[in-house]
Amino acid sequence: MEGTFRINGRHELLEFSERATLLQVLRDNGHQEVKEGCAEGQCGSCLVLLDGRLVNSCQVFAAAAVNREITTVQGLGTIHAPHAIQEALVEVGAVQCGFCTPGMVMAAYYLLRHHPDPSEKEIRRALDGNLCRCTGYTKIIEGIRLAARRMRQA
Amino acid sequence: MTEYQSIGKAEKKIDGLSLATGTGRFTADFTADQILHLALCYSPHAHALIRAVDLSPLEEMDGVVDVFYHANVPRILHSTAGQGYPEPSPYDAVLFDHKVRFVGDRVAMVAAETREIARAAAQRIQVDYEMLEPVFDPVAALADGPQVAAEDAHAVIPAVYRPEENLAAQVEIQVGNPDAELAVAEFVERHDYETQYAAHCALEPHAVLATFDENGRLVIITSTQVPFHARRIVSRLLQLPPGRVRIVKPRIGGGFGGKQEVFLEPLAALAALKHGRPARLVLSRREVFRSSRTRHPMQIRMSTGVGKDGRITALTMDAVMNTGAYGSHALTVLSNAGSKVLPLLNKIEHLRFFGRSAYTNLPVGGAYRGYGATQGYFALGQQVDIITRRTGQDILKFYKTWHIKSGETSPVFEALGEGKAGVGQIIRSCTLSECIDRGAAALDWYAKRDRHLPAGKDRVKGVGMAVAMQGSGIPRVDMASAAMKLNEDGSFNLHVGATDLGTGSDTILAQIAAEVLQVDLERIVVLSSDTDLTPFDTGAYASSTTYVSGNAVRLCAESLREKIVDVAGAMLQQDPAGLHLRRNGVQDADGTRKLTIAEIAACSLYRQNQVQLQAQASFVGDESPPPFIAQFAEVDVDIRTGRVVVTRFVSAVDCGQPIHPRLAEGQVEGAVVNGISYALCEEMLFDQRGRTTNASFWDYKIFTAADIPELVTILVESHEETGPFGAKSVGEIAINGPLPAIANAIVDAVGVRLFRAPFTQERVFRALEEKRRREAAGGP
Ligand code: FES
Ligand code: FES
Repeated sequence: MEGTFRINGRHELLEFSERATLLQVLRDNGHQEVKEGCAEGQCGSCLVLLDGRLVNSCQVFAAAAVNREITTVQGLGTIHAPHAIQEALVEVGAVQCGFCTPGMVMAAYYLLRHHPDPSEKEIRRALDGNLCRCTGYTKIIEGIRLAARRMRQA
Repeated sequence: MTEYQSIGKAEKKIDGLSLATGTGRFTADFTADQILHLALCYSPHAHALIRAVDLSPLEEMDGVVDVFYHANVPRILHSTAGQGYPEPSPYDAVLFDHKVRFVGDRVAMVAAETREIARAAAQRIQVDYEMLEPVFDPVAALADGPQVAAEDAHAVIPAVYRPEENLAAQVEIQVGNPDAELAVAEFVERHDYETQYAAHCALEPHAVLATFDENGRLVIITSTQVPFHARRIVSRLLQLPPGRVRIVKPRIGGGFGGKQEVFLEPLAALAALKHGRPARLVLSRREVFRSSRTRHPMQIRMSTGVGKDGRITALTMDAVMNTGAYGSHALTVLSNAGSKVLPLLNKIEHLRFFGRSAYTNLPVGGAYRGYGATQGYFALGQQVDIITRRTGQDILKFYKTWHIKSGETSPVFEALGEGKAGVGQIIRSCTLSECIDRGAAALDWYAKRDRHLPAGKDRVKGVGMAVAMQGSGIPRVDMASAAMKLNEDGSFNLHVGATDLGTGSDTILAQIAAEVLQVDLERIVVLSSDTDLTPFDTGAYASSTTYVSGNAVRLCAESLREKIVDVAGAMLQQDPAGLHLRRNGVQDADGTRKLTIAEIAACSLYRQNQVQLQAQASFVGDESPPPFIAQFAEVDVDIRTGRVVVTRFVSAVDCGQPIHPRLAEGQVEGAVVNGISYALCEEMLFDQRGRTTNASFWDYKIFTAADIPELVTILVESHEETGPFGAKSVGEIAINGPLPAIANAIVDAVGVRLFRAPFTQERVFRALEEKRRREAAGGP
């Protein structure tokens, strides 16, 4: 199959097999910033925004995402122009191996867009689908609070 | 207190932004042209001989390139354990065997044009098995179980190894005469403790890409903790000189010991070499659960004799460890259950450790954060609670009285090392008593202990604590090295063999170099873990990186500093003895004559006595200074349902001078949450045929952000004179406390003690029922 995806604001015409997941298609086409931790919808490493909704891209057929708007972590910020959430996570020491981080950033972005001033409980709940084995989550929560504060002030 | 410019500061982790933006690449993110995709076919049986492998169903499949199995792959015995050479783990593994030893043991590997084809083909291979009787229980395996290991399996170091008895390792040390002391003790507490099979759950599944450089040399990009051991093992198995193999470790998505195992690299290399094409093997999450490595379960019988004055007079540990189908780390994890645990209460004069590792037909054990100490402290931490409760002693005072202190030693250091005799050492830094006090204060211990405070309907609060130590590398075994050079702008390249698994070691090693050279951290450009470009390092395990690799970097930077000062002396026509480095430059005592590092670099490269200013150094520890920790759990227990919730967890740790406090805290927090999750819910489960029944994150539950308690982490500084800027390790120690501290807190809350982990709701419920029955019957 073939289809056009709008990925991080750019149209990309991609080939894919009928049963391919959005995650596979993204990763096979240069979007390795989206990580695969389980392929079963359980770890949140593969989170992207699909038309503004947060989805585990391993649980979406690529065919269902054709002609839709996809935002990966690189669409939020890059190493030369990082997003406030990415900066805050680095600053507080919330990035250890960093494998979970792109997914955490997406979950945090989605949360803060809808709740600019979340309570700690709301942050924890928003991250419930994101596994991290390195950090114990404490600093991730701290980083998101810091980012929220800065984003509100900006 | 010394004022440092980088040490102890919240520097930004040097790869942090790269990772947070998805720029940093992990093994599975690398691609190559003409890639071969690999997939493994696994045994569905726990113990069987392979009579025949039928590949005919693959013949009409498009895109299948090759199949590797025992009949077409050389049979070379080795250990996958990824340790120093000669390995303390037995040589009992081959790439593919005609016998399978656990459900998940590998039978064959398919190479195909796509990952989907490779996986489909691996499923279609028809294997004719002759069933053998399996054995799952380690005690039964040792008693009279069928032999699990290969006939020709053997140990490569002098060690007790009797595969015909399923004895993968045996360790015995004795100090004094514990039996005689137990016989005359005022009372003896003897209990059996049991810990469970657990999975590492690094978020990045194991992955490897074997490819070639422009000269046809093999280049293996892999998610490993041990690049240099991987090179050695791959070369031996593929019969290539190590110089024909390059191992590159890119970013790695967590290891925790699981990636110390060298079990996939040789397979990818095999396919790549045979076909002259890059080959990639990436495990699925289910494969990681079923077929990679685990935390060895252990059964420990601990006996302690207690005197009239309430002190422990003798202690014995009898341990049986289940190593599963292969003896990976079978000797050393077992040894550490004694060697990292027994020195803590060093005034006990009579000790014995007797441990055996048993082969069974279950998944393979391996290195796992804590490395046996976690299993050992489960026993010791509860035993101390039992004794102090029985004798009415304050557990905090008890620990403070009896724990090892600066200037003291333990005979165990010398008697028991990594599967052999150890190295004697005197403790030079220990602020454990302060850790105990500060942790207790943070939890408000005395206001909560023995109070059974209500925590809502049917819920009761309790607090418990535990104390532990670990080590900092393996003395006289672990070696690390570093090389540095100065560039014309005053920046430095730092090349280290050390392996950053996400721990932040690249950053803290750069901080050490920056501190020695008195330059900004941004000037240190780190390249790590590439066997072509960086000097040797044994790898990231045994809590070695900060101490061993850190010392190598310190020595290297000090040697470079001398050379820089010499050049500066020549430039200023001044005795270098009067010069020192300060703020990205060199200056004399009163700061009147100075040069920037960039000026010195430019002069040495272009103008005068041209030379590349560079240095290298290696380090091997003569000792392994232990970090210490005191950990406190506050739980509430639902007396109706048995549900345990940890509400607060305090860790006060002495890791020497923290090089990067936030990263050190992060190590503690990560280990604590892993430990709490292990204590309350994590356990690999097997059915009657030895199949893992919870091989996914759906069924093998690990803690999420929604589950964690309030975590308090206190870094109680000490200064370890042999460590770089006073530092000791911190990577593993914090996983040792949650199990005993939570068990003790449950006792404090509701009076039931759990000797078997994890403390699931069902187990606690059953223990509460049992207690109610006993009480109703008028018993204790
Ligand atoms: S990879 Fe999609 S949720 Fe884990
Ligand atoms: S930082 Fe490693 S999994 Fe989160």
